Amino acid sequence: MLTKRIIPCLDIKDGRTVKGVNFENIRDAGDPVELAILYSQQGADELVFLDITATVEKRKTLIELVKRISANINIPFTVGGGISTVEDVAVLLQYGADKVSINTAAFKNPSLISELSNRFGSQCVVLAIDTKKEADGEWYVYLNGGRTKTDAKTIDWARQAVALGAGEILLTSMNNDGTKGGFAVDITLLLSKELPVPVIASGGAGTMEHFKEIFIDGNADAALAASIFHYKEIGIPDLKEYLTNEKIAIRI
Amino acid sequence: MIAIIKYNAGNVQSVQYALQRVGIDSLVTDDETVIRAADKVIFPGVGHAQSAMQYLQEKQLDKLIVSLRQPVLGICLGLQLLCKHSEEGDTSCLGIFDTEVKLFPPGNFKVPQIGWNNIGEYKSVLFNGLVNEAFVYTVHSYYAALSNETTAITDYILPYSAALEKNNFYAVQFHPEKSGGIGETILKNFIQIT
Repeated sequence: MLTKRIIPCLDIKDGRTVKGVNFENIRDAGDPVELAILYSQQGADELVFLDITATVEKRKTLIELVKRISANINIPFTVGGGISTVEDVAVLLQYGADKVSINTAAFKNPSLISELSNRFGSQCVVLAIDTKKEADGEWYVYLNGGRTKTDAKTIDWARQAVALGAGEILLTSMNNDGTKGGFAVDITLLLSKELPVPVIASGGAGTMEHFKEIFIDGNADAALAASIFHYKEIGIPDLKEYLTNEKIAIRI
Repeated sequence: MIAIIKYNAGNVQSVQYALQRVGIDSLVTDDETVIRAADKVIFPGVGHAQSAMQYLQEKQLDKLIVSLRQPVLGICLGLQLLCKHSEEGDTSCLGIFDTEVKLFPPGNFKVPQIGWNNIGEYKSVLFNGLVNEAFVYTVHSYYAALSNETTAITDYILPYSAALEKNNFYAVQFHPEKSGGIGETILKNFIQIT
């Protein structure tokens, strides 16, 4: 049986793992490769590395990091942050990344999604969406690491992106991110029901029950979290044992 | 020496990294002489069947691959290209396995299948030493149907060939290079075939 995935996310700034609250107040959480090795040994199903300060000058640092990760990690990993061209992706895949996550550049230039999926296959194109529920009750797309609001509704953009060839959606709720109050169940469920591709829920994990909730009530295919793993508040083996006991299909 | 066939599909490098992690040297190459002389050949890949076949034909790698006599391991798209035909782009493939590659039928399941699923009903030395129903990482929208060349089965929407084998040709639909310790055992088992 295909299992639900537990995905630790490593936000990378200047080569270090960092973590903020509601996309702000960033603090240091360790060496990304050391953390990645630990997580893969503990049973993480996949890893995501997001370069949150990606600039042209820092691109080389990221490539060096990707090489180190692929040399040391025996599970799949996704790399994101500042990716805007087919050439960016070709280089990351060449150095061992399995998938790339694209966000702002894809929104500004949707044909990037089809170019990438035609060249590399849709399985390696993860569309990341930062989303926020506004006073009108609708979930909107935000760009530039959550700094720029758009008028696009999340479900509309996700549908368009999947039609263009996105193979997976990484959905981060800005309302929930860093709060440890649980994932955004409603928008995750909506995307998961409406889209034919897997949905990775992100933002808000605080307890093991939150994972159960997003898998059962939110129908998420995978759940991503950062600080609860980095600061050892929840251990991946304990989480997987808990979910298995709750009759959720999990790789042990 | 292990040769990894270089062509226009993704993920080729990952296989080399995986072999490095288990202490095995390999060469990523499209040089016919080097590939022919290799002890073992790995034919990996993630990509599109039609564009991959076109590329193999342009480089005359298609004729080379089917004529190989040493153990060959196809991975993911490599497995599909070793089959007879793929629905992806209505592509005639290499025809080692007498198997049809089809798109998963629509329904309540997500396509592509992405994640960890289990393999069972092993009939190959590739799976020596594995627990039954071992978890492996898999990413694909097309699947190889069951046949008498099937050597492991996975169930997703329907049971399909997680592995195929015929003479010196071995193939797996999942990614041993990304399947943790289980995948490393499978790669080592392939390397030890004599």
